[in-house]
Amino acid sequence: MSTSAKAPDPEVSLRRRTPIRWYILVFLAPATLIYTVFAIYPIAESLRLSLFQVESGERTYVGFANYARMMSEPYWAEQFWNAFKNNVLLFLLHMLIQNPIALALAAMLSVPTLKGAATYRTIFFLPTLLSVVVVGFIWQLILSPLWGVTPAFMNFIGAGSFFKPWLGLETSALVTVTLISIWQYVGIPMMLFYAALLNVPEETIEAARIDGLSGWSIFWKIKLPLILPTLGLVGILTYIGNFTASFDLIYSIQGGLAGPDGSTDVMGTFLFRTFFGFQAQLGDVYMGATVASMLFFIILVGVGTYLFGVQRRLQRFTS
Amino acid sequence: MIMKERISSAGIHAVLLAYSALALFPLALIVINSLKSKRAIFGSPLTIPDAESFSAKGYASVLTNSDFPLYFSNSMIVTGVSLALILLLGAMAAHALSEYRFPGDTFIGIYLILGIMVPIRLGTVALLELIVDMGLANTLTALILVYTAQGLPIAIFIFTEFLRSVSREIKDSARIDGLSEYRIFFEVVVPLVRPVIATVAVFSMIPIWNDLWFPLILSPGEETRTVTLGVQQFIGQYTVNWGAVLAALSVAILPVLVMYMIFSKQLIRGITAGAVKG
Repeated sequence: MSTSAKAPDPEVSLRRRTPIRWYILVFLAPATLIYTVFAIYPIAESLRLSLFQVESGERTYVGFANYARMMSEPYWAEQFWNAFKNNVLLFLLHMLIQNPIALALAAMLSVPTLKGAATYRTIFFLPTLLSVVVVGFIWQLILSPLWGVTPAFMNFIGAGSFFKPWLGLETSALVTVTLISIWQYVGIPMMLFYAALLNVPEETIEAARIDGLSGWSIFWKIKLPLILPTLGLVGILTYIGNFTASFDLIYSIQGGLAGPDGSTDVMGTFLFRTFFGFQAQLGDVYMGATVASMLFFIILVGVGTYLFGVQRRLQRFTS
Repeated sequence: MIMKERISSAGIHAVLLAYSALALFPLALIVINSLKSKRAIFGSPLTIPDAESFSAKGYASVLTNSDFPLYFSNSMIVTGVSLALILLLGAMAAHALSEYRFPGDTFIGIYLILGIMVPIRLGTVALLELIVDMGLANTLTALILVYTAQGLPIAIFIFTEFLRSVSREIKDSARIDGLSEYRIFFEVVVPLVRPVIATVAVFSMIPIWNDLWFPLILSPGEETRTVTLGVQQFIGQYTVNWGAVLAALSVAILPVLVMYMIFSKQLIRGITAGAVKG
C-alpha cells in the first residue's frame, strides 16, 4: 500500500479551512448508502434477530436462548455439528488438494521459456466462469451410473470394477462434491499464485542460479517464501468460500436436504433449511438468524486469525 | 544441460496438456451429446454426432417449453446494471477516499471494505424482510441493489489501491486549470482507472451471473428468474428428458464460452495485474 497520499501536504491544511466540501459527500454517499442498507444493516439486523423468538404469537426478546437450543437440543445440535464438521472437512480438502494443485500449475505456467502459457491459463480458468448449477449437473450426469460414461471409461483403463455411484454413497458423497468444486475453482488460486510468482524479481532468481541452485530448490527456497502472503490470502479466501459459497454446489447436486442422509450438509444448506423449512418442518426466521450468526462468528474467527496471526507474522517474515 | 531442460519442458507440457483435457472434457461431452438423439446419447456418448445420430430435439424442447430468452434478458439486466453501478459508485467512493482528507476518512475507508471479509449472505434473514417491506420481492431491482452492495467493497478496495499509486500531479494540474472536482473525476480520474476496470468487472461479474442463492430467495418468480435459477428449475422438471437437459446445460455454457473467447486476454491480464498490486 502506498503511503504517499497520507503524507503531510500543505494544500490539505489550506483546504480544511473551507467549510463543507460537498463534492466529497456526493462521491461517497451513493456507495455508502446502498452498502449500508443492503449489506451492513441486514447483517447487523440478523445478529439482533437471533436474540428473539416468537412466544404466544409475539416477537419476544429471549437473550441467548436460541443459541442454547442450538447447542443442547439434539435435533438442532446434531444438524449443526454435522454441517460444521462437513464444512471443516471441505475446507481441509480444498487446502490439501486444490491449493497445492493450483500452486503446481502456476509454478509450471510461470516458467519463462514455456510456450503457450496464455492458452493453458485460458483453459484452466474456464470452468471457474461457469455457473455452479451447470457444473453440478454436468458432473452429476457424467458420474451417473445411468449414462455410463464413467463406468465405460474406467473399463477402458482397466479399473471398471472400482466404479461406484460416488455421489449417492454416504461415505464418498462429500469427497466427490469437493473434487467437483476443486475442478471448478482451481483457477482462482492458480491466478493469484501465478501473479505473485511473476512478481518475484528476476535478479533474485538470477543470483540464486549463479549460486548454483537448481530450478527445484530455487522454487522451494526463493520463490515460495516470497509468495507466502499470497498463500495466506488464498487460505482465508478458501475459508470464507467454504463456509458460504459451498451452498450453491451442494444445493444443485444434492438438493436442500444435502443427501444422502445429510452426509453433504454444510452450514449454507443448514441455514437454508432452517430459514425456509423443508418438507414437514416449517421455516423459523429466528433459528435461521441464529445459524447465520453462528456462521458470522465462525468467519470472524477465521478472518481474525488471518489478520492478526497469519498476516502479521508473514509481514514480519518478508520485510 | 540443454538436453535436461528440453526433457523437463516436455514433462511440463505433458502435465499441462493432461490438465487441459481434464478441464475441457466434461464441457465437450455435454455440448457434443446435446446434439444427438437419445439412443446415441446412451449408445455412443463419446462420438461426435453424425448424420444418423444428429438431433436437435433437445434444443427444440428447451426453447418451446421454457422461457430461456426471458431468463437471459433477466440475467443480462441484473448483471449489466449491477456492474455499471458497482463500477461508477465504486470509482467515485474510491476517488473520494484516495484524493481527499476529511474527518473520519480512515473509518469510512475500513467500513466500506468490511464486506470483503463478511459475506452479505449472512444477512439473508433480515434482507428478505427488508426487501418484502420495501415491496421489492420478486423484482430485478431487489437483485440489482443486493449485488451492488455485495460488489462495492472489493471494487472500492481495488480502485483505492490503484488510485493511491497514481501520481497526484495530473489531478493538481487540472485543478490549477480551474476544473471543478466533478470534472476532475470524470475527465481525469475515470480515464486513469481504465486499466483496472477489467479486474473489477471480472471480480464482480462472475459471482453475480452465477449466483443461485439470492435469485432463489429474493426473486424466485417465473418472471424474474435468472439463467442460473432457470436452468436449476428446468433440469429439476425434466430429469427424464436427457436431450433437453443436455441442451439446457449447453445453452447456459455457450454464451459464457463465447464471451470468454472474446475477452479472455483482457480478463486474465486484468486479474493478474490486479493481484500484483495486492
